[in-house]
Amino acid sequence: MTCQESTRLLAGYFDSELDLVHSLEVEDHLRTCAACASTLEADRALRATIARSRLRFSAPPTVVRNVRTAVANAFPPEKSAPNRWAWNWSFAAIAAAFIFCAVLTWKLLPASSPNNSTSIADEAIADHIRALMPGHLSDVESTDQHTVKPWFDGKLDFAPPVENFTAQGFPLIGGRLDYLDQHPAAALVYQRRKHFISVFLLPATGEPDRAESQTTERGYNVISWTRGAMNYWLVSDLNPAELEELAKLLRGEQVGTK
Amino acid sequence: MTNSYQREQFEQLVLPHMDAAYNLARWLVRNPHDAEDLAQEAMTRAIRFFSGFRGGDPRAWLLTIVRNSCFTWLGRNRAHDLAEFNEEAHSPGISEHVDQSSIQMPPNNPEIMAIAQSESLRVRRALEELPLIFREAVVMREIEEMSYKEIAAVTNVSIGTVMSRLARGRDRLRAILVESIRTNPEPMEEPIP
Repeated sequence: MTCQESTRLLAGYFDSELDLVHSLEVEDHLRTCAACASTLEADRALRATIARSRLRFSAPPTVVRNVRTAVANAFPPEKSAPNRWAWNWSFAAIAAAFIFCAVLTWKLLPASSPNNSTSIADEAIADHIRALMPGHLSDVESTDQHTVKPWFDGKLDFAPPVENFTAQGFPLIGGRLDYLDQHPAAALVYQRRKHFISVFLLPATGEPDRAESQTTERGYNVISWTRGAMNYWLVSDLNPAELEELAKLLRGEQVGTK
Repeated sequence: MTNSYQREQFEQLVLPHMDAAYNLARWLVRNPHDAEDLAQEAMTRAIRFFSGFRGGDPRAWLLTIVRNSCFTWLGRNRAHDLAEFNEEAHSPGISEHVDQSSIQMPPNNPEIMAIAQSESLRVRRALEELPLIFREAVVMREIEEMSYKEIAAVTNVSIGTVMSRLARGRDRLRAILVESIRTNPEPMEEPIP
């Protein structure tokens, strides 16, 4: 084994990550090479020093407390009320949450729009904006639907339909996992010139088909509908007419030539 | 699945790794305040995504979420760290090769002695100074004692890349320590809180 090969494998040897054959080869080399042997010795000294320095930070008590509260809230116990205190606390929490939501609804939402879909639209917009932050747009970048589709396998309990519309001017640039209306959702990312479009797909088990509705909030256009037990939410800063074009493509409808 | 079952599973599988989550966040962003926020944010995301957890190593699963949260934060607040990271990660060939310096200049005995005797504060500062790409690998290996396979899963690179990042990371960390002792031989002490 040359010194170069040994240097490449030395870390693996030091970390006991090499197979037996390579380990023996490195050991052989170490017997004759002072340079590699001293690197190994230096790594051992470094490891001992790091261990002695107690560099592991523990989660501060406030974090532990907040996370435990979050866990309790996220998985509330079913109906049974084992003792009075627990019942009182959960009642108080529910009451507080209800009041909070009521105030929020009253403060923030326009009176005319249906509350539920408005909040989902809001959530979809927030997800879309978050996705535009660096490195977040798509977990799997691909213009090939055959790459995007298998990527979702095993990550979701439904199979989202994935289609590429490059020919129609909406190239598929990737997909990611997201979360919408308390359900895991597939988010497909399409592009139109400089605009990104998030298409959220989530199962609508047992829901009847719903015709398209369109809103504009915070400068983002949102189109949504339900069809074939699947909810569609499109979010983009693209103009409504062109967003509608993509909606039609997704539904397999004819799109008029521009 | 009932809530109480889910909660039990989460408490058994994920909660024991809360310290690991905070520790990684703390070393990635290098300050306690933001690390608290990010660890908490990541734990909240872990709760939300828990239904999608398909078995496997829960610590690696959780740390992947922590790392994603931290990298998003770094992109927004410490763009320089991330730019440097991307430069190192995407320079083909370089990350697979070992620093020339370490081949030509193996550590000598006085250097090894100095490394062995470094005080905790000096070691902590040196690790904080290590570029992000090497820091995360060294933290996961030396502090969390994770296997190459686990580190590869969290950082989304090959096992070979993990090995070469650790080799280079340790070389650099030793060099930083030696340089720190050379320029500031006085023992470093913890500031009195």
